[in-house]
Amino acid sequence: MSTDDSIRVEKAALETEREPNRALAVLRTSVGRNAGLVVALLVICVVGAITAGDRFTTTDNALTILRLAAIIGVVSVGMTFVIIGGGIDLSVGAIVALSSVWCTTVATQQLAEDVHWLWMVAVALLVGAACGLINGLFIAYGGIVPFIMTLAMLASARGLAEIISDKKTQITHVQGFQDFFTSKFLGIDFQIYLFALVAIVGWILLNRTTFGRRTVAVGGNPEAARLAGINVKRHTVYLYVLIGVCCGIAALMLVARTTTGSSTHGNLYELDAIAAVVIGGTLLTGGRGTIVGTVLGVLIFTTITNIFILNNRSFSEQSLFKGAIIVAAVLLQQRLASRSST
Amino acid sequence: MSLRSTTMNSKKRLVSGLVVALAALSLAACTSNDSSGDDSTSADATTVAAAGSNDESGDKVVIGFSAPAADHGWMGSITESAKKEAAKYDDVELKVAEGTNDVNVQISQIETFINDGVDAIVLLPFDGAAMTPIALKAMAAGIPVINVDREFDDPNAARVTVLGDNYGMGVSAGAYVCEQADGNKDAVVAEIAGIDSLPLTQDRSRGFADALSECGLDVDARVAAEFTVESGSDVTEQLLQKEPKIDFLWNHDDDQGVGVLAAIDNAGRDEFTMIGGAGSKNAMELIKSGDSVLKATVIYPSTQAADGVKLARLLVQGKSMSDLVEVEVPRKVQLYAPVVTADNVDQFIDSAFES
Repeated sequence: MSTDDSIRVEKAALETEREPNRALAVLRTSVGRNAGLVVALLVICVVGAITAGDRFTTTDNALTILRLAAIIGVVSVGMTFVIIGGGIDLSVGAIVALSSVWCTTVATQQLAEDVHWLWMVAVALLVGAACGLINGLFIAYGGIVPFIMTLAMLASARGLAEIISDKKTQITHVQGFQDFFTSKFLGIDFQIYLFALVAIVGWILLNRTTFGRRTVAVGGNPEAARLAGINVKRHTVYLYVLIGVCCGIAALMLVARTTTGSSTHGNLYELDAIAAVVIGGTLLTGGRGTIVGTVLGVLIFTTITNIFILNNRSFSEQSLFKGAIIVAAVLLQQRLASRSST
Repeated sequence: MSLRSTTMNSKKRLVSGLVVALAALSLAACTSNDSSGDDSTSADATTVAAAGSNDESGDKVVIGFSAPAADHGWMGSITESAKKEAAKYDDVELKVAEGTNDVNVQISQIETFINDGVDAIVLLPFDGAAMTPIALKAMAAGIPVINVDREFDDPNAARVTVLGDNYGMGVSAGAYVCEQADGNKDAVVAEIAGIDSLPLTQDRSRGFADALSECGLDVDARVAAEFTVESGSDVTEQLLQKEPKIDFLWNHDDDQGVGVLAAIDNAGRDEFTMIGGAGSKNAMELIKSGDSVLKATVIYPSTQAADGVKLARLLVQGKSMSDLVEVEVPRKVQLYAPVVTADNVDQFIDSAFES
């Protein structure tokens, strides 16, 4: 298996040298793919500018797009790590819901009145991390495939959220929390900075640390990674805890944006996040992917949503269009990948 | 016993007083809203024009409209009837940001309306509490918000609130059960609720329980569906399994009722009287035919958002509701929840929505 891979890599390297068409070769590198996504995003922006005119090109509208992107963006950064590591997490939306409910429960309870709002933050992050830990432990040490385990977590976490909240929407008005998470700096919302921060930390973690290199190794070839001395099981657990924490952050952002925690929050976030990661060029089979690609993927989807809203187009058309984009993006990637291996 | 009947009487009087007041209000809103009969619309237009010229073309009004995903007939009809109502006025431009059950996206839709500087926003929130901050922001930006159906948790977040009477729906259904039970205190009453996390569902159930307690009945079995056909059929199957004999069954919503009735048919059960909710066309046709377990339904108007659009227009153009003395558009309009049976179904069937 590993020798096979290395032969393929060598072949691909030779191929690239002999490649007559330079543009295609560039597109195969991750930088090239990301450049392709930037072009796609620009094309979408041009479409927006043409169809919606100066309603699209205002600063306010750009901020509206970024605010919409921030929450799902944070989840998608976590999802990038899990998918590069060879897994998948279907439970992100449910974990967001559970975290939002749990931290608003803390905020609304009587005894919480003299507790600092940072307690809410801690609870949301802890709940996310705990769910991720459970996912990770059962996947790594229990031998349950990620698809099934996180599917089970999807059901259980939302169920628990419904039990805790008694299916009611929990309203919170903790002033310090609200002020902090909805504050603005230089006219830009804190939530957008938070998304940027998570993306930058994610990029550094993936590209500049041992943790990142191990993630790629574990996803690319777990057996080779194990032989190279990486504790694959423990690393898998870390990845799910990481995405759990991302869900906790997303839950805090959603609680601040809506002043509520609810078991209906985060509905279908797993699909949005996976879609963004996939069109961002991350291989669903693991071993390859970029944070920049994911961020561009999120921006592409949220910009499309924005353009559809501006043009009064229905949500159903938008879903249809998004599906088509996912298929087109994956087909394109597969063609590029197969050409490089022949 | 006599004490009970006197309290009942006074309560009844109170209720009927309310009914008259609300009926007057809803009649005022309803008549000019009836989109089904062309002749009635034109007749209304002339009376309204005579009263206050409200329908005469005025300043151009741009209205932003947002509602949750049309995953059931009632919600589909909400958006459709709002569009239809807006199309009647050449001075109204309706921007429809359609159909999402993700509060994050719905917030983004309202942000876009604020960026655009629309004149008014008609908003049926997926979750009233979750949409409150952005509605407050719109109001702060000087854009009046008309809150439809699912209420915000802050009264300052809306200039006008158009509501159905959810508690009243429960009361109407419960009172109908009491009337039919005719003193039988052992009657088994079952309830199939809608989405339990919504305050409107909680209000309906509370009204139902309160009305039942007036005649010494209570809810013996309760399940909750999600307004969709599939969920209705799923929970009903379980309910019927659990309860071998039922006398009365109130189902909150006629859209999920399609599934409820399918499950009842499959189980071959017909020993009980079923009451519906919302008032869809096919429910009313079944009531009219008389050969279904469904004997009645309680109306929950699907034209609320259309009323919202009309009120938004009046508000922006600085007009008043011509049937009221008050010069400003009211703060809150609550619609009435009448019971439809075979006796009066013809009166309602034309304004019913298709599920």
